[in-house]
Amino acid sequence: MLRTWRQRITATDIVIWTIGIAIAVMVVYGSAKTLALGKYTTETWIDLAITGLALGGVYALIALGYTLVYGILRMINFAHSEVFMSGPFTAAFAADALVRLGWWNRFPVLSLLIVLAISAGVSALIAILVERIAYRPLRNAPRLVPLITAIGASFFLQYTFRGLYGSGLKGYPEMDIFKGFWMIAGIRVFKTQAAAIIGAIILMLILYAIVQRTKMGKAMRSVSEDKEVAALMGIDVNRTIATTFALGGAAAGLAGILYLLLFPVAHFYMGFFPGLKAFTAAVLGGIGNVPGAFLGAMVLGLLESVGPSLFLDGLGIPAAYQLKDAIAFTILVFILIFRPSGILGERLTQAKA
Amino acid sequence: MPLLEVEHIHTYYGHIHALKGVSLTVEKGEIVTLIGGNGAGKTTTLRTISGMLKPREGRVKLNDEDLGKFKANEIVYKGIAMVPEGRGVFARLTVKENLEMGAFSLKSREQLNRNMERIFSLFPRLRDRRSQIAGTLSGGEQQMLATGRALMASPNILLMDEPSMGLAPVLVELIFDTIQQINKEGVTILLVEQNALMALGIAHRGYVMQTGEIVLNDSAEKLRTNSMIQKAYLGME
Repeated sequence: MLRTWRQRITATDIVIWTIGIAIAVMVVYGSAKTLALGKYTTETWIDLAITGLALGGVYALIALGYTLVYGILRMINFAHSEVFMSGPFTAAFAADALVRLGWWNRFPVLSLLIVLAISAGVSALIAILVERIAYRPLRNAPRLVPLITAIGASFFLQYTFRGLYGSGLKGYPEMDIFKGFWMIAGIRVFKTQAAAIIGAIILMLILYAIVQRTKMGKAMRSVSEDKEVAALMGIDVNRTIATTFALGGAAAGLAGILYLLLFPVAHFYMGFFPGLKAFTAAVLGGIGNVPGAFLGAMVLGLLESVGPSLFLDGLGIPAAYQLKDAIAFTILVFILIFRPSGILGERLTQAKA
Repeated sequence: MPLLEVEHIHTYYGHIHALKGVSLTVEKGEIVTLIGGNGAGKTTTLRTISGMLKPREGRVKLNDEDLGKFKANEIVYKGIAMVPEGRGVFARLTVKENLEMGAFSLKSREQLNRNMERIFSLFPRLRDRRSQIAGTLSGGEQQMLATGRALMASPNILLMDEPSMGLAPVLVELIFDTIQQINKEGVTILLVEQNALMALGIAHRGYVMQTGEIVLNDSAEKLRTNSMIQKAYLGME
């Protein structure tokens, strides 16, 4: 018994576990030290947590696209970052037009609906085109091939939009109704953050209901299990896959508007980091699993926002907040090593069975 | 005019010539069985009829309409439903959701509910387990589910691929009883089976396949007493 157990442990395992334990110790020690120092007040922590949840909401909506596409095609759509970018980048120009018309603050709800519709529409359209042009012809190719075209499509879209809209930053106009903050039980909550959190939760619930309850959603889940048998039920597999891309794209487009509320600047490169973070969130929650995407995104948003100050400040690391991306991607690496199935997911290797 | 008419189909898997001019007919109201050993082309024949494979030559006709230009999912709308080999239930969907997917081709919600009621009375076990995830059902229950799911589409003809596979004898009896019952209710059945004895027991007519060809076709009764069949497929000397 002991011998087989020993044989199974390789040098790699030892290195990985050592690093893992070192990081865990660092996190615990850093947190304890930070809290002991008392540099931050409770309000600050809550502020950071709310920021994290708002960010998490945006990640959740983007992560949905990764998770749905993975569920149905067992591939990571690495062009999803650009699907996300295309909607809000386009909508930022529409917002400008609405400002010039004088509608932006006179009819804020209508304006918001227009901007959301444009953003969701453009992102969904781009997602459908990517599937049709870059993935469908390669449906039966080895798995590495669509991964490569995904990266190609991603660059193609980035530079196409750069060509279309320019390489500069495009400001997104602030709306009067989102200015300022609310005091909720003595806690200051920016209206933009509240809107992002509530908006993300409502949209996630709607999208989840679509996947779980509607005929189309059930067809999507059937296709993700067995394409041949799904066809025998009369389900048009190609159309269902396109619909899945459209749904994930629309969610990303909606996320884009929430993102612009928090960070009111659009540019051709804006999809890169949120896209990678959302991918991390999807893996963290368990890829292929919709509630997992939401949970993973919220956890990631919180860790990214609270983490640097909590874990790293106490260790005397200067400007810890700039290491938030390092935290996010460290999480990705360790999830992939220690629990590739994520929080709620099944094992990746078994997912196909 | 037969309900289903298969005319000289040649189907290939890549370079492998799997079906070499298979012809068969199924009349309305019949149970027709297709028997033969492993690799004889029985499943390939069903998959060609259901549109999952396209024949390189020959035609499949339903009610005299050539199905050649339709995809598998469109053929369902023409009235052909299939219980695939190995059952193919959607393991992560509930029993009820599986049945709803079987009715994907139906337009009306009422008919869906009517069909589901009918299937629940045919298989009371499925009613008890309707909210259960299909992957947790036993093999027999999954076969009932796969059969029920195919019937949800109100098909004119039901293609069944090895319904007895991997089931205990008592469950095989139950499934075959149900096949007879749904046939009496007006569903035409084309049944592919390894278990030739059981299949010939309920079928009206049978076709015997060998290496991609039909070698014999006759009434089930005659096939049961045919000495060659008895020797090769019924395990009698």
